[in-house]
Amino acid sequence: MRSDPADYQLLAPGKLQAVISLLADEPGQWLPIAGGTDVMVQFAAGKLPARKLLSIWNLPELQGIEISPDQITIGAGCTYTELRNHPVIAREFPLLASAARWTGGIANQNRGTLGGNIVNASPAADSLPALLAYEAELILISVRGERRVPYLNFHTAYKKMQLAPDELIQAICLRREFSGFLHYARKVGARNAQAISKVCIAALGRLHGGVIGGVIDDVRIALGSVAPVPLRLTELERVVKGKSIDPELVHLAGKATAAAIQPIDDIRSNAKYRAAVARNLVAEFLQQLGGSQGTP
Amino acid sequence: MSDSSNDRKCEVSLTVNGEPKTVRVYPMDRLLDVLRNDLGLTGTKEGCGEGECGSCSILLNGQLVNSCLVPALQAAGAILTTIEGIAEGPQLSALQAAFLEAGGAQCGICTPGMILSASHLLHKKPNPTLDDIREALSGNLCRCTGYMQIFDAVMQAARRGNSA
Repeated sequence: MRSDPADYQLLAPGKLQAVISLLADEPGQWLPIAGGTDVMVQFAAGKLPARKLLSIWNLPELQGIEISPDQITIGAGCTYTELRNHPVIAREFPLLASAARWTGGIANQNRGTLGGNIVNASPAADSLPALLAYEAELILISVRGERRVPYLNFHTAYKKMQLAPDELIQAICLRREFSGFLHYARKVGARNAQAISKVCIAALGRLHGGVIGGVIDDVRIALGSVAPVPLRLTELERVVKGKSIDPELVHLAGKATAAAIQPIDDIRSNAKYRAAVARNLVAEFLQQLGGSQGTP
Repeated sequence: MSDSSNDRKCEVSLTVNGEPKTVRVYPMDRLLDVLRNDLGLTGTKEGCGEGECGSCSILLNGQLVNSCLVPALQAAGAILTTIEGIAEGPQLSALQAAFLEAGGAQCGICTPGMILSASHLLHKKPNPTLDDIREALSGNLCRCTGYMQIFDAVMQAARRGNSA
């Protein structure tokens, strides 16, 4: 049943300092809401446990994409539309640009934010494997100050994360060090728009010397919708690193993939299909990497 | 509703189809309900109520949004365009006329959202490809037309060079 708006509080303090003060005064009582593309869905379904909401939409301190020579800093309030339209993201972080294009439709891309996608913590979110592959770092802010955490282990269990009740994600940092890598992203779902992924992958790889037939000298592989959290497959990476790509390696990679994932049956797909698709996506990535000379 | 919860209502001022309006609403009222119930603008439709179908699409400060997912308070000070603001008085916009000519509307529930999404596209990209149109309308579901007539309508409107 639909929620009654009379039962809910929503404040829009308009400044980051006021938002984190409220979060600190009553830790765990306030739920930040940005573009509402997840929170309002729960609200409409009568499944939103929080009764006190704090609007962080358009909060100036969470806006903007800052480019420096070594890294880009993406405000947590940046929308998918901003991500997909940004020339540096399109050129240097195409896995993130693709994920932004695949998330929802245009209206949801205009409202959904990268920070919101992270804290909503869906294992099926399209942008999160890209952040794992690029080894993003998060800037968390609270009245206690700022701290930086690697995104790699941010999600600790289904919908659990290393975010204190008084903290907010302020920005996501990506290092600009992936030129010369093959960037491979694919979403397998009922359709690209709106439908949530059955399985999605974001992977990066580089061959030694950038020559066809060279051994893999660097590789990062992340999958969505195959575990309780978005998953970086570090053991798989160890298996393939330093090897040249042949059918034997692709076979071993498939086994390592199967060992790393814990897919489930749900409304969108089933465990058996997800396991098969995950192996196929990893195989396709390796085959493309094997025939690649790197991208500029 | 109790008196104390009634106290939670707040005044929200916004500009709707060029006219300044002030409504007294709950901050978490859905913008869709404010438009339909408080402002009497029932052209904006509710389909799924969860941001999947695009029936409630409107423009908020020029950006296409699903109004079912926008809390009223977040629209304070915003400039909105709904389907009622697309026609110029009694004169249909080129996009609306093209939908009629191409048979892009049947039951009509998706049509306001389709027109708003198409209008948003044509403002950004006056000469879209078919793929651009497909992507722009990918968040709007239609269960009658099979989409081809809708794509034709947008293409026709683009060719006539009128983005409204």
